[in-house]
Amino acid sequence: MSAIAVSTTINGDEVEFLCQAEETLLDVLRERLGLTGAKEGCGTGDCGACSVMVDGRLVCACLVLGAEAEGRSIETIEGMANGDELHPLQTKFLEHAALQCGVCTPGFLVAAKALLDANPDPTEEEIRFWLAGNLCRCTGYDKIVRAVQDAAQELRGS
Amino acid sequence: MSFDAKYKAQDYNSVGTRPVRPDGVDKVTGRARYGADFNMPGQLVGRVLRSPHAHARIVSIDTSGAERLKGVKAVVTAADLPDLTNGDQTLFDILDNCMARSKAFYDGHAVAAVAAVDAKTAREALKRIEVEYEVLPHVIDVDEAVKPSAPVLRDDVFTGGVEPKPQTPSNIANRSEFGHGDVDEGFAEADVIVERSFRTEQTHQGYIEPHACVASMNPDGTADMWVCTQGHFVYRQNCADLLGLDVSKLRVTSSEIGGGFGGKTHVWMEPVALALSRKAGRPVKIVMSRNEVFRASGPTSATSIDVKIGAKKDGTITAAQATLRYSCGPYEDIWGEFGAKTSFACYGLKNVKSVGYEVLVNRPKAAAYRAPSAPMAAFAVESTIDELAQKIGLDSIEFRIKNAAKEGTRSSYGPVYGPIGIGPTLEAAQNHPHMKAPLGKNQGRGMACGFWFNFGGQTCTDLNIGSDGTATLAVGTVDVGGARASLSLVAAEELGIPYENVRAVVADTASLGYNDMTDGSRGTFSSSMATISAARNAVKVLRERAALTWDIPVEDVIWEDGCAKATDKKHGNLPPLTIADIAETAGKTGGPIAGHSELVADGAGVSFATHICDVEVDPETGATKILRYTVIQDAGKAVHPDYVEGQYQGGAAQGIGWALNEEYIYGEDGRLQNPGFLDYRIPVCSDLPMIDTQILEIPNPNHPYGVRGVGETSIVPPLAAIANAVSNAAGVRMTHIPMSPPRILAALEGESEG
Amino acid sequence: MQYERPKSLMDAASLLAGAKGSAYALAGGTDLLVIMKNDDFDAELVVDIKSIEGLDEIRETSEAYTVGAAVSCAALGESTMLKEAWPGVVEAANLIGSTQIQGRCTVAGNLCNASPAADSVPALVAAGAKAIIVGPNGNRTIPVEEIPVAPGKTSLEKGEIVEAIQLDKRAPQSGDAYLRFIPRTEMDIAVVGVAVSLSLDDKGLVTSARVALGAVAPTVLLVEPAAEAIIGTKLDDAALERLADVCSAACQPIDDKRGTIEFRKKVSGVLARRAARIAFDRAGGK
Repeated sequence: MSAIAVSTTINGDEVEFLCQAEETLLDVLRERLGLTGAKEGCGTGDCGACSVMVDGRLVCACLVLGAEAEGRSIETIEGMANGDELHPLQTKFLEHAALQCGVCTPGFLVAAKALLDANPDPTEEEIRFWLAGNLCRCTGYDKIVRAVQDAAQELRGS
Repeated sequence: MSFDAKYKAQDYNSVGTRPVRPDGVDKVTGRARYGADFNMPGQLVGRVLRSPHAHARIVSIDTSGAERLKGVKAVVTAADLPDLTNGDQTLFDILDNCMARSKAFYDGHAVAAVAAVDAKTAREALKRIEVEYEVLPHVIDVDEAVKPSAPVLRDDVFTGGVEPKPQTPSNIANRSEFGHGDVDEGFAEADVIVERSFRTEQTHQGYIEPHACVASMNPDGTADMWVCTQGHFVYRQNCADLLGLDVSKLRVTSSEIGGGFGGKTHVWMEPVALALSRKAGRPVKIVMSRNEVFRASGPTSATSIDVKIGAKKDGTITAAQATLRYSCGPYEDIWGEFGAKTSFACYGLKNVKSVGYEVLVNRPKAAAYRAPSAPMAAFAVESTIDELAQKIGLDSIEFRIKNAAKEGTRSSYGPVYGPIGIGPTLEAAQNHPHMKAPLGKNQGRGMACGFWFNFGGQTCTDLNIGSDGTATLAVGTVDVGGARASLSLVAAEELGIPYENVRAVVADTASLGYNDMTDGSRGTFSSSMATISAARNAVKVLRERAALTWDIPVEDVIWEDGCAKATDKKHGNLPPLTIADIAETAGKTGGPIAGHSELVADGAGVSFATHICDVEVDPETGATKILRYTVIQDAGKAVHPDYVEGQYQGGAAQGIGWALNEEYIYGEDGRLQNPGFLDYRIPVCSDLPMIDTQILEIPNPNHPYGVRGVGETSIVPPLAAIANAVSNAAGVRMTHIPMSPPRILAALEGESEG
Repeated sequence: MQYERPKSLMDAASLLAGAKGSAYALAGGTDLLVIMKNDDFDAELVVDIKSIEGLDEIRETSEAYTVGAAVSCAALGESTMLKEAWPGVVEAANLIGSTQIQGRCTVAGNLCNASPAADSVPALVAAGAKAIIVGPNGNRTIPVEEIPVAPGKTSLEKGEIVEAIQLDKRAPQSGDAYLRFIPRTEMDIAVVGVAVSLSLDDKGLVTSARVALGAVAPTVLLVEPAAEAIIGTKLDDAALERLADVCSAACQPIDDKRGTIEFRKKVSGVLARRAARIAFDRAGGK
């Protein structure tokens, strides 16, 4: 079986890769492109640890085929900071101790950024429901929600 | 020289502050490397074939079809992991769990494994292994398993702890008993007695990162392993024992760990990865799927518990008794014993008796889960305590305060307590605004207490001073939730240098002496003790070097604010030597400056917590909403309060999931029906409110800063606190965890509980 | 397995029709990629329909709205037009999975997955939605309830693809609503789902209604006696009780890992009452 050649854009860079038809975008990112920031917690879209953006939509990379990346624009956790300048969400997650083991953190950050890009002033309830697809087993979500609230406030400049 | 670990009150510069963790940036940028994020050159993909049957004799395994498949480099079965355990039953059970030998004991039990060039080939190879099973009758339920009619799992297990020694094999592997006084006498004195039976279902730790390892074994007997674990030294020992390796030739590196909660204290497929690597002659990576994590790693026990407590009208408990049956999976363990020991630990009781049973069932080997066994016992006891208080007409907190253990109390499991936090957490709860907040329709409040032993154990750290006066701290307890930040604070405190000048790392097994694993809430307790000891040893060297530089007696040099200072006026006004000054010239004063510590951290102070919870129950659907939740717990001393709060909140959240929705659901065929996060329902963000915390600090006399472990106790009270709240909201006593909507609705409708 | 990304519906249909082994249309993939993880999964062909022009559009004609098969539920939820006309359908579609799932899943996919517990399907059935189907033997338009025939099985012929879901323009004084019961607040499969769509006359009496139940039978149930129970009423307590009783009685549920028979029967009545009330309010009922 021949591999599929895919041209795509990842974190603003043009990327080309070969993959098999059954490989997921998550497999491609992690195994072929060395972008291991997205994690496989379940492989079935239930945990959100592999959250990435595809053409501006928040998705689970485990539920996208690698071949579907053709011509699309993909954003991952590796592209969130601007060089050595962390995104305010990243800074607030650190300041609020919003991570313990940290394995869910990349997914939460990508998902939270998607929320704040769409809704700069979410209520606590909106934050909690938006992030319901990102499982965290360590924190009880308290400090995560506070970090998102604080980052939202900073991004609004108030 | 032995280290004096006694508590001394002091003011702190670093300890108690809340700096950003040293591993933080890596974790928010996706750079941190977890179990599955590591690869080795020439690495193969390993996969495990698992039994689809709950109980079956393995008649034969034909691996030839898989071996013939192009790209398959090794296939292993139990034959490739020969029994080297020399009669060590515990070790044999680990081996048997990693790879079934004569029988598959549960749905998901490993029976063979392959290593192939890619995932697709490995998947195809598994299909080509032919296993002939003789399916046997199975038993899943803990109460069914103890009946004489139940199928017996093991013909080599006879109930221990009873006299005379039984002659027939049994699913009850052991009986243990704790207590003192005479409970019959005590019950005779009681004015009111409450007696109830409780059940809790099996839950999983639910760490988000599946088990993952890369194993590489060389023909010369050296081997390396990269693995997500709570204890790489213990994994090294287990793997070396099972593979017949010299312990020191196996180097294990712990990756960043994506949650463990006890589930990563046991080896699962790591010895299999080594066996595959040995056979294939190449590195092998195994990453469990979520399905495998649920079916074949780590759930806690399902339980059935009977409790009887009697009290006088004035609220004095006269006697307390519990019988606790804990499922262990197919191998004997100490889960019933832990349940029996913890059940009445919060109270000072004249007459108390608890009996624990270890019950073998066709479920995966039960593993430690955060304060293992205590939450279920606390659910049963604290529910009964609440009911008893209501019957006597006393406030539930008053009743508990009246009977709470205190310093000098002989605990129900034996030891006499030192200074402890049960009374103070109860008093803090009594005074907490949460207790006085109004409740609405269909709402109820509950509270409960919890206890955990806390452990210490073998610990080793190295502290090296760099040429610029910064410090590297190498620890051997895996950092599961911010420990590197806490330990850096401790090193900074002792050396008198800024937190930012310390870099803490978790060293591999070749770089540091043995450490017990991060369990028993011991990580910060024991490694901070060893860090203090190592830092004080380093300070001794620093003082010696300063003395040498100044050519004065070392006794005249003190260490203060990160500097050596000459104390005696006779030395004139010598300007202090900073740590950087001393480090810079170390090459001329005797070489590198370091402090080491090897110790057994005794005296982990016991830990207590009180939780308060408000719920609203929809009487038409049985749905429960957690409205408000407060955790009050003794930390001894909170080194990094953010991460102490995080432990409190995380334990509470896990307890909430356990109380309301999480459970292993088995079909008639003995197969697990919900091995995934879709139907194994851990709390999601929208399920929970903010979780308020209150840290009490009652110093542990056996730690220089008074630190107690904080990681586990927070999961102990929630089951009971929520059950009490739901019972108060719904007007019906809930005795079966989880209190899922169908169970609550059935209870409300007065039907028998399902 | 082969992956194809045709540009036209006819190409997609002929690819699927020509496959020798099992072949799947891929829209959002939130169900298909999950079953692909199963070691026993074996497919010859996956046809990605997202590059077919127009399939990612929501269109409005004078009589109806059509939702293309590749429109994600997140995009659906951003359609002001549909939220005003069919709020119950949109809220049902927006309940499927997480935010991440919403970014990919589609109502056509939810329908063709043929799960009895699919969230959007009871709402579509209550709304009287139709599926526009293209296939090797021509096109047809059928009520959505005729597509799922059993759990995981549809009435689609080999090579047929649902091109779009069609929803009629709304009569004045109409409203719809969907409620489901799940043990958590998110991320669960419905244990019971109830959709109600109704219209009122000038006096505020219910003139027509459709009530559909999910997760209580092998396929979504359209419960006609439930509609009859509320037609001609202003949803007084007695009518709502009748509605609840009829819905509970109509269930043919099973005991499974998500709920018991008793629970599903009782809760379907409870949710029917609550959903009817919301639909009634949306229709402007008083």
